[in-house]
Amino acid sequence: MKRLLVALAASVAFAGVAAAQTYPTKPVTMIVPFAAGGPTDIVARLVSENMSKTLGQQIVVENVAGAGGTTGITRASQAKPDGYTIMMGHMGTHGAAPALYANLKYDPVKDFEPIGMAAGTPILIVTKKDFPAKDLKEFTAYLKANADKVNQAHAGVGAVSHMTCILLNSQIGVKPTAVPYGGTGPALNDLVSGQVDYMCDQIVNLVSQVNAGSIKALAIASVERSPALPNVPTTKEAGLPEYQVAAWNAVFAPKGTPKDVVAKLTAALNSALDDAGTRKRLEDLGGVLPTKDERGGEWLGKFVASEVARWNPVLKAGK
Amino acid sequence: MEAFLGNLSLGFGTALTLNNIFFCFIGCMVGTLVGVLPGVGPIATIAMLLPITFGLDPTGALIMLAGIYYGAQYGGSTTAILVNLPGEATSVVTVLDGHQMAKQGRAGVALGIAAIGSFFAGTVATLLIAALGQPLTKLAQLFGPAEYFSLMIMGLVFAVVLARGSILKAICMILAGLLLSTVGTDLETGQERLTLGLQDLSDGIDFAVLAMGIFGFAEIVRNLENPETRDVVQRAVGRLLPGKEDFKQSYKPILRGTFLGAILGILPGNGAVLGPFAAYTLEKKLAKDPSRFGRGAIEGVAGPEAANNAGAQTAFIPLLTLGIPPNAVMALMVGAMTIHGIIPGPQVMTKNPDLFWGMIASMWIGNLMLLVINLPLIGLWIRLLKVPYRMMFPAIMIFCCIGIYSVNNSTSDVLFTAFFGLVGYTLLKFGFEPAPMLLGFVLGKLMEEKLRQALILSRGSFATFVERPVSGVLLAIAVIMLVIALLPSVRKGRDEVFVE
Repeated sequence: MKRLLVALAASVAFAGVAAAQTYPTKPVTMIVPFAAGGPTDIVARLVSENMSKTLGQQIVVENVAGAGGTTGITRASQAKPDGYTIMMGHMGTHGAAPALYANLKYDPVKDFEPIGMAAGTPILIVTKKDFPAKDLKEFTAYLKANADKVNQAHAGVGAVSHMTCILLNSQIGVKPTAVPYGGTGPALNDLVSGQVDYMCDQIVNLVSQVNAGSIKALAIASVERSPALPNVPTTKEAGLPEYQVAAWNAVFAPKGTPKDVVAKLTAALNSALDDAGTRKRLEDLGGVLPTKDERGGEWLGKFVASEVARWNPVLKAGK
Repeated sequence: MEAFLGNLSLGFGTALTLNNIFFCFIGCMVGTLVGVLPGVGPIATIAMLLPITFGLDPTGALIMLAGIYYGAQYGGSTTAILVNLPGEATSVVTVLDGHQMAKQGRAGVALGIAAIGSFFAGTVATLLIAALGQPLTKLAQLFGPAEYFSLMIMGLVFAVVLARGSILKAICMILAGLLLSTVGTDLETGQERLTLGLQDLSDGIDFAVLAMGIFGFAEIVRNLENPETRDVVQRAVGRLLPGKEDFKQSYKPILRGTFLGAILGILPGNGAVLGPFAAYTLEKKLAKDPSRFGRGAIEGVAGPEAANNAGAQTAFIPLLTLGIPPNAVMALMVGAMTIHGIIPGPQVMTKNPDLFWGMIASMWIGNLMLLVINLPLIGLWIRLLKVPYRMMFPAIMIFCCIGIYSVNNSTSDVLFTAFFGLVGYTLLKFGFEPAPMLLGFVLGKLMEEKLRQALILSRGSFATFVERPVSGVLLAIAVIMLVIALLPSVRKGRDEVFVE
């Protein structure tokens, strides 16, 4: 009897170890808090495709959109922390949300196990094609002189285009009229047809309109020029060096996910970021991939804390 | 002309490869299927199939995804006609006369004319995209927020004309629809409105939830209380395909519907939704005996069905020529193109001409396939009507629930649908029409958004709606239509057009 118990205990203990060693034994769900087809969704699908190969189990992307991404992240944060539910967090959900949503049901810093940065897309400042400013310096001067006349478009409260333009406006020191749209498409439509004057958004959403000449790009808010738009200067070159911002996407697991599972996921993410095919597809979209130092959960955890601290005063003042 | 023919031959050359014909066929089949299944819409389907297209060649993948979208428009009318369930905003109008026709044993005729009207409209719209896609983009550019708001006002007037019963009740329902559309997060401030503190309402009520509840669930409850009605549909199946007389009655509505739908489809911000409503209103106004509408008038199926398919095709114009998606499905197509390394925009036409023209040519091929798929299926669908209600209703309910769950992966949406089913049943009992409410709901969201944008841009001056020429003209038309609609009721006290 005793021997049997020992054997049982041993096998249970072994099973426990084995479970962690063999994770994952079934498909993993990655919750994307935005609609399918958007920039975050595309990053999630490209990265998870390669991660699935490393993990030997399919990662299934589930889009749970709503409330600026906080609906999906709330649901993911409350999932069982066993590594079978992970999520693609974003500058909005893990940076700006505490400042924008008074009754947010999660804390971006405390309620997650950070897995690693996936990819960011730099922000581009664009104007309608006949806007009376040919570069960023003239643009800032014009904005300061005509703040009451100028209209800035954005894709809704909490959208990347909303937050990043509030940051730009506060750095220039103006408060132009903000026109809210229900998404990037309609906002861009009215910028192309000249109903509104300027907007800021992720380069991937704007690059084809800039190349076609239907809108004007003034500067890109990154350290280096983008290969997708080599003629557009950086904000550093154009005279507004403090405006550095990218819409970042990073992978998180709910708090309490076992350490070795998190490590496995981080390793799978890193090997996806090393894969030439995945890199190329992300970079073709104007995506910026994390450097070796910017990888992994530890760096991401610190970064999230710094983002929350950065956006809080800007967004509260901009309200 | 030579360039046009050259482009078309490049397009057909691309679309007629064995691979692409196969993808087109798969897309059309899947589209028909999701269209027929209540609740499961093209958005959820395309989102689910997106990862599968990773390994495919981009042209084939996009041809397939496009096929799902317009295939669903064909399939959607089947459910609307047979079981009174509008799966999409664009098939709400088809329900009105289509289901009445089915009750009179003319389901086959209704389905047939819907398929033939859709095919004709699809053919014309495809030619229109090929020939005039680029110049037509300019039309979309004419529409700023003020113009769009005035167009929506015109749409509301359509809603009044839609009503079968009392005009007062119709106006009440439109207002209720507008109110329901304001539930959710405020566009400008980000504050939650009328959400009762429920996080699931923070993005508003989903169209599918409201439509399935008000039409589908409510209709099922009503049928249960009244078991005799089922025999009417069951026994009298009638002829399977439209006859000579039916064609004579519907060819003009199909022409007019195609034209209206194609024009409205080009507009940004989901103008295609208005197409079927506008076509229905026009037919009812032009008819010698408008009282037939709402009681199984074939024109009320032919016109709107042509309009919705024409709109579904021309909605690709802003996507293909500008890279700006006019509605949620097209936004998903942008994502699909991006994943395949094609950034949608004005240059797609010059950089990827085989993709651009191949997709356009495939739309025509797809429409032909859909006609071939759908006409023989009519016999099968009609036999479905003979399935006893005790077996059919649970099946419909299950499909509805699965469909609604799949829209947002949310269980609370299913509960909301049940709630709206109760509301819909109560409304039916008191003689309120659900269709004007749905139109009010669909227009309400856009209307509020555009009204506020226009007023922000004009710094609060309402004069902007009259001063801008396009907007002014649209408003004037709306006023004239309203006067025409109301005059007889003022004169006679009660209007035969609106009162049964």
